Amino acid sequence: MLRKTFQNEIQQVKDEIVALSGMVEKATLDSVEALKKRDIEAARQIVETDKRINEKRFALEEQVMILIATQQPMAHDLRLLASLLEIISELERMGDYAKGIGIINIRMGDQPLLKPLIDLPRMAAKGTDMLHRAVQAFIHEDAETARLIPTEDDEVDALYDQIYRELITYIMADPKNIERANWLLWAAHNLERLGDRVTNICERTIFIVEGRLKEIDA
Amino acid sequence: MDKIIIESLSLQYSDGTESLRDISLGIREKAVTVLFGPAGGGKSSLLRCLNRLNDLTEVQTVSGRILLDGENILDPKTDTITLRRKVGMVFARPVVLPFSIRGNLVYGLEVMGEKRRSRLDEAVERSLRQAALWDEVKDRLDDPAVALSGGQQQRLCLARSLALEPEVILLDEPTSGLDPISTGKVEASLLELKKQYTIILVPHSVQQAARTADFAAFFLQGELIEYGDGKELFTNPQDQRTEEYITGRFG
Repeated sequence: MLRKTFQNEIQQVKDEIVALSGMVEKATLDSVEALKKRDIEAARQIVETDKRINEKRFALEEQVMILIATQQPMAHDLRLLASLLEIISELERMGDYAKGIGIINIRMGDQPLLKPLIDLPRMAAKGTDMLHRAVQAFIHEDAETARLIPTEDDEVDALYDQIYRELITYIMADPKNIERANWLLWAAHNLERLGDRVTNICERTIFIVEGRLKEIDA
Repeated sequence: MDKIIIESLSLQYSDGTESLRDISLGIREKAVTVLFGPAGGGKSSLLRCLNRLNDLTEVQTVSGRILLDGENILDPKTDTITLRRKVGMVFARPVVLPFSIRGNLVYGLEVMGEKRRSRLDEAVERSLRQAALWDEVKDRLDDPAVALSGGQQQRLCLARSLALEPEVILLDEPTSGLDPISTGKVEASLLELKKQYTIILVPHSVQQAARTADFAAFFLQGELIEYGDGKELFTNPQDQRTEEYITGRFG
């Protein structure tokens, strides 16, 4: 009976992780969309959303700590709960990246974009799609999928390189572009980091299933 | 280095129940080896084989070998008195003798002919310190041992076996009746004792097993299912049955 309660509580935390990931995915896509449209009100809302992400993170962490204290988990259960703590904090950091893009948008004030955004929304779409699938693989403890997802990070990195080179061209053409190019470079950098954190989630999934902590060389 | 090597040990009780089936296991010197698993798995039977306490029970057949420092202790020629001095045991419920605290500790030595007061005093203090009881009883060594609390009595029993300077200490659920503070004291003294002694512990819970084990052996229905490094076994067991037991899915 106790064990059944424990399993139910773990399932509850897993459901909450999916919800938290959903918030992060939406915040990321919204932050880039708001930047694209230079919608400062939408950017402010993303900064607000981050507060809710942080609150959820602490609530979930507490829930996991209580499970560790009361259930004293071992083996698979221990690896799962330790990984949950790790993944909760990965998601929270990804939320910060979305907030960061929102803040860039706000700080840009009434300056127009240096160029129309094309690759940045692609990076956001690819990164959040990877995140979504990585969290699903985690929930279903699917090590095979978890091993494959990080290989897709090359695509995110390639987009980042492309954006970087393009923005450097703008800067070289006219140094007055430096500030506006920098805004976009920071936004792209945030999305690039999001991809790296997806890999961390995948590493945890493999750890839960196979019991080995190993860095994935994506 | 292995202090004890168990080779193909099988044991059957007179009522026909098989308690141990073909167990082979090396017990590392100066480390805590934990034997754990559900009740009736054979761990206490194995523990009792290690100082031949099973001689006193209804055992029908024992086969295989138990080598202590290379000597087969199952050999009928083994002197069990000498063996039990080398291999001390502490049971789940403290059994204090109806003497003073000091009387409990010197009893074994006196039976063995030690009469020198200085040697006896030295053994009393050393063993009480090793069992983390000295500070609590040093001023009342002549009080009756039964006046001690349960946790203190259990540590007195541990001290009593240490007074004889054994090489191996067997502990059969030594903290099952103790509160968490007394349990913590006993576990802390095990950490110190393993520097000098080979310790084999049947823990009262999986959590205690995980806390104390340098090496752990999981027993199920008379079989040794898995044996290995304690930290590894409790975080990443290799056998599905071990996994299910330590995560509380059966047992």
